[in-house]
Amino acid sequence: MTTAVSILPEQQLAVLNAAYRRAVGRRRLRLLGGIAIVAAALVLAAIGAEVNLRTLFTYFGNFVSYFDRILTLDSGQRVWTDAGEWLWGWRKWLKMLGETLLISYVGTLIGATFAFLLNFFAAENTSPAPWLRFVVRRLLEFARTVPGIVFALIFVIAFGLGPMAGVLAIAIHSTGALGKLFSEIVENADMKPVEGIRSTGASWLSCMRFAVVPQVTAGYASYALLRFEINVREASVMGFVGAGGIGQELVVAIRKFYYSDVSAILLTIIVTVFIIDITTGWLRSHLFGKEART
Amino acid sequence: MTPREVDPRELRARYPDVFDRPASARLAMPAMIVAAFALLIYGLVDLDFSPSRFFAGLSQLGWITLMMIPPDPGSSLPIYLKALGETLSIALLGTTLAAVFALPVSLLAARNIIPSQILRFPVRRFLDSIRGVDTLIWALVWINVVGLGPFAGVLAIAVSDFGAFGKLFSEAIEGADQKQVEGIRASGGSPLHEIRFGLLPQVLPVIAGQVLYFIESNTRSATIIGIVGAGGIGLQLAEQIRVLEWQKVSFLILMILVAVAAIDFISGKLRFAIIGRRAVA
Repeated sequence: MTTAVSILPEQQLAVLNAAYRRAVGRRRLRLLGGIAIVAAALVLAAIGAEVNLRTLFTYFGNFVSYFDRILTLDSGQRVWTDAGEWLWGWRKWLKMLGETLLISYVGTLIGATFAFLLNFFAAENTSPAPWLRFVVRRLLEFARTVPGIVFALIFVIAFGLGPMAGVLAIAIHSTGALGKLFSEIVENADMKPVEGIRSTGASWLSCMRFAVVPQVTAGYASYALLRFEINVREASVMGFVGAGGIGQELVVAIRKFYYSDVSAILLTIIVTVFIIDITTGWLRSHLFGKEART
Repeated sequence: MTPREVDPRELRARYPDVFDRPASARLAMPAMIVAAFALLIYGLVDLDFSPSRFFAGLSQLGWITLMMIPPDPGSSLPIYLKALGETLSIALLGTTLAAVFALPVSLLAARNIIPSQILRFPVRRFLDSIRGVDTLIWALVWINVVGLGPFAGVLAIAVSDFGAFGKLFSEAIEGADQKQVEGIRASGGSPLHEIRFGLLPQVLPVIAGQVLYFIESNTRSATIIGIVGAGGIGLQLAEQIRVLEWQKVSFLILMILVAVAAIDFISGKLRFAIIGRRAVA
């Protein structure tokens, strides 16, 4: 099959070509300008972060061989040839993992409870007074922006070493994060039921309880589960600052160069995180249906 | 329509599924709540929560808060500003590195580029395992390799974001419109041409939005990796907390809050400029 393509006369084409070139040229210039700015920022950042490529190249072999070493037993064999020797501390590690999960569970539940109590004051459509909304929003913002591990550092000093500090740190951080998400759900809720309840002469509390809460619980539970998932990761490093959980074991193993232990603990953490991800994902899609997945 | 007296019994008979729900359905919710709280109580006991310890700690915390006021950097303001600059550098550089390395790998994990499940599966699991390890753990590993300092922080953020970006980018690529790719193929383009002219123009704005969003969230991560010794403002913060210089601590926390808010603002503006007022996943 042959097709004919009609070509415009030379003069018309030249004008169109010139216009096209100009348009493209302008876009290219803007792109180049953008790239130049980004490159300058990167160079500045590289100086600021003391990037030393020579160190990287000299020691990059170390990075690769580090993984080689953590996958080697003291006897010189690969770790998977002798699972009993590799996972020798599984009893202790499982117990610490259990503690980690418990920390994130308790932290998430306390955080979700506080977020639940506060979010009606932070949502635009249900807050009883503007000043209250402002105060609660700033509080939540503060709790959300300060990293959990900074809270943990301070709490370790106030409450002493141990999982209590980790739980409270996770609870505060979760309150901030969930409070915002919860209040967004409330802002999207249908206000007609609220008007219906209010027209019967009900108090603010009854309006929340009977008109808003039934609409939003599925969304709340979904977000809380997602938060639990995130908190498991968070709790796995709380031990770095002495706030309980498996992180304690890991940091000791890394700092003292117990190579095969590092890989064994990392493996248990990764497997746990996988399992939790899959379980909460399944729970969220099956228990709360499609509308809750935002 | 005139309202009429309704016989409750008639209502009951007419809507059995509202009034006579089986006991199992009615008890499910309270049972779940009771179970959740039982686990909570068990957790509190197991994790050594005691009221006396809690309230003692709370009063300590009150003291600490009082001592934090007013925030005061003392004479170390220049050091802190430099540390803050270091933190921002770590976030920017780490995110960029991660994005540069993740782009080619994400092509390998996208269904519309590599149709073979066998080839895609290991790439995906690899990315998943990288994501399963927290940034702080990567920081500890890199400190072992390149020594203490911000460089280890850059590499830690780069590696842990590499996993996240690989997944996000490949999802963006899978969501791209195939018609443009087919157009390039129809005009005789090679597979590389298809990617360059059919795919990249569609996904680059989405990717740019995600990278900016990650720079934002990495500013937070970069503030904490200093706690394990990987440079930035976290190092100063952890040190001042250890020596109980509470006024400096509160000043540092304020600095972090202001910096994060500023970065949020800037990257929000940039994001809207690049992709328009569309929600970023």
